[in-house]
Amino acid sequence: MEPLLELLGLAKSAELLSLSPPGWGGNLLRGLVNSLQIAFGAFGFGLVIGLFGAYGKLYGGVVIRDLLAIYTTVIRAVPELVLILILYYVGTDLVNKIAQAFGYGRVEISGVFAGIWVLGIVQGAYSTEVLRGAIQAIPQGQIEAARAFGMPSLMLMRRVTIPAMMSFAVPGLANLWLIATKDTALLAIVGFSELTLETRQAAASTRAYFTFFLAAGALYMMVTLFSGAAFNRIEKWARRGQPSLRGKN
Amino acid sequence: MKLTKLLAAGLAASILGTGAVSAEEVKIGIAAEPYPPFASLDASGSWVGWEVEVIGAICAAAKLDCVITPVAWDGIIPSLTGQQIDAIMASMSITEERMKTIDFSNPYYNTPAVIVADKSMDIEPTPASLAGKIVGIQASTIHQAYAQEHFSESEIRVYQTQDEANQDLFAGRVDAIQADSIAMADFVASDAGACCEIKGPVENDVSILGRGVGAGVRKGDDALREALNGGIAAILADGTHAEITSRYFSASIYSE
Amino acid sequence: MGTSWSAFAQGEKLMFDLRDLMKPHRIVLMLIFAAIVVWCAYTLRWDWIPTYAPLAIEGLWRTIWILIVTTVLGFFLAIPLGLAQAIGPWYLAAPAKVFCTIIRGTPLLLQIWLLYYGLGSLFPQIPWIRSSELWPYLRQAWPYAVLALTLSYAGYEGEVMRGAFSGVNKGQLEAANAFGMPRLTMFRRIWLPQAIRNVLPTLGGETILQLKATPLVATITVVEIYSVSSRVRADTFIVYEPLLLLAVFYMMIAGVITLLFRRFEQQVPGRATGK
Repeated sequence: MEPLLELLGLAKSAELLSLSPPGWGGNLLRGLVNSLQIAFGAFGFGLVIGLFGAYGKLYGGVVIRDLLAIYTTVIRAVPELVLILILYYVGTDLVNKIAQAFGYGRVEISGVFAGIWVLGIVQGAYSTEVLRGAIQAIPQGQIEAARAFGMPSLMLMRRVTIPAMMSFAVPGLANLWLIATKDTALLAIVGFSELTLETRQAAASTRAYFTFFLAAGALYMMVTLFSGAAFNRIEKWARRGQPSLRGKN
Repeated sequence: MKLTKLLAAGLAASILGTGAVSAEEVKIGIAAEPYPPFASLDASGSWVGWEVEVIGAICAAAKLDCVITPVAWDGIIPSLTGQQIDAIMASMSITEERMKTIDFSNPYYNTPAVIVADKSMDIEPTPASLAGKIVGIQASTIHQAYAQEHFSESEIRVYQTQDEANQDLFAGRVDAIQADSIAMADFVASDAGACCEIKGPVENDVSILGRGVGAGVRKGDDALREALNGGIAAILADGTHAEITSRYFSASIYSE
Repeated sequence: MGTSWSAFAQGEKLMFDLRDLMKPHRIVLMLIFAAIVVWCAYTLRWDWIPTYAPLAIEGLWRTIWILIVTTVLGFFLAIPLGLAQAIGPWYLAAPAKVFCTIIRGTPLLLQIWLLYYGLGSLFPQIPWIRSSELWPYLRQAWPYAVLALTLSYAGYEGEVMRGAFSGVNKGQLEAANAFGMPRLTMFRRIWLPQAIRNVLPTLGGETILQLKATPLVATITVVEIYSVSSRVRADTFIVYEPLLLLAVFYMMIAGVITLLFRRFEQQVPGRATGK
């Protein structure tokens, strides 16, 4: 009796998860694409903030350093959920007020952009710390040598600092990417239709809470495992030509 | 540098690309969480339900170019005041408390609030009968305000969506829920609601429960409010409202 | 005194030396900050605070209670998880690894919903659970919240403990072995204390991460400080003020956690000066 029931139960789940309606698989996949899009954008936006933040913390003036310290401390102490709510409402409000001040009328902010902006600010704080550590790990002589040859500072950043710090930054950045993918779930609270909200809608409509939450978990898990493999390759690539660091640590 | 420029262009495109709003487009905010039979998402990803159809009819009658925009129910009023949407049509009751922040159109439906509980439970829709019981309600609704005001002897449990409250009634984790009578009639008729029955309407309190469901608009947005009022009057007059209602419900859900 | 100041300076700039604060630019920054606070106090609406203060204190207490219970339980669960992965036979190491990978690979929000709504939808189909003694507890939301947060903390900390157990100097274990110390005593007296000492610096950070995870349980009806701010928003339609105050609360709790772990670390012998 038991296996038969299990088989029947699974058959029902498969029907619920099938890709074309009446199955909800298509919705979940659409949500996954949205989630990945936001995670990717937020990660990139965070990296840009992080790069400037790290430079500011290392080479900036006293005021910039203090402001950046406040930024990273606040972001790392306040729950993402609270930050998302504040940034979501404040951000969209602010953009509209600015647009109106310039006489553009209302600017509509797409959900994807709002999500990227909100998560990007959060990611930026962590990126700042990761990149700062990575830049500090570069042997100082390399940067001094480039300076001695009169390399302009932007070129120095592009040709020396960024390539040299890559191998130190990749593990931390891999972690940040995983945090970004998982934090997109929090956007469900502000009603953005990413994977978790799509799952919640599907679960509520069909009452198959267990099936859909497990399915979504499996999708997130796949993203995690796939990213892990990808970042391993990136790390190998970033370390090319370097002696193995394993022995040292 | 190229990268920065590219990013800046990308950012601008993602704000403005989707952003160049035509003057007539009206964004109608509905709750992103399903609220059957009024508005819910089907498996193909489109919104269906009584309210969705009524929105379409009102907009057609008022000659408005409406776009349905799902927003988190819990933040739907801030979304309106923050200009992410232009109107709320998400089964939102017209109450004095909300009128302090936003304006409302005329009502387009009204239904009483009821208490639903397990069939085997001997529960009356009164504060005395619910004392010591666990009552589930959806956050930011008139039912939350009502339960907090009148059921002070009960444990109030606040859910983000009506469906989750229903789910916990089914799971036996709450003793009763207070919600809209139509949504509950739909629920008790479903498989999951077979456990339960409507125990009756709660005693009316107009100051909290309001006078029906209307479309919420920003304060001072009289043009849109008048346009929506015109649309609502038109579909009530020409029978469209009654026609849509008859396809979903057995009785009228509108009274003067 | 001297060591404590240097410990602060080493930290992540959460604490400033008093003399550092007196630099001119910092005084200007503080004045600007004070101006912002005063501006907030006068232009924003705070009249709701007296009404909701009792509720907020209750919520604050609940948040702290959940935080303490789940980190303590999670830490005890993390020890076997770390141990199994570090030295366990494959049939213990593999499940522990799978558990940690799944917990770390999926969003906590989803885990909480899976436990509460997923399991919750299964219970009614099993009649004996509803008639059992446990049912009054299973009806509440907090057991699910505590379970989800405990498992989450255990998953993250288990991974950290694995590294900590592997990091203990093998020579000491061999020495203990050579003295004929029983294995359990060796674990209790040498291995575990050193592993815990190794993870102490990360423990504070992990606990702050756990603090930041607590508001998620508001989505399954647990009344804690975050849900109180939602309640204020729902009742009064005031959006920013409760959220700002909430952020301040969380920063204060995070500050207290940081200080506590600093003191804790200094009391552990042999670690006071750091690396």
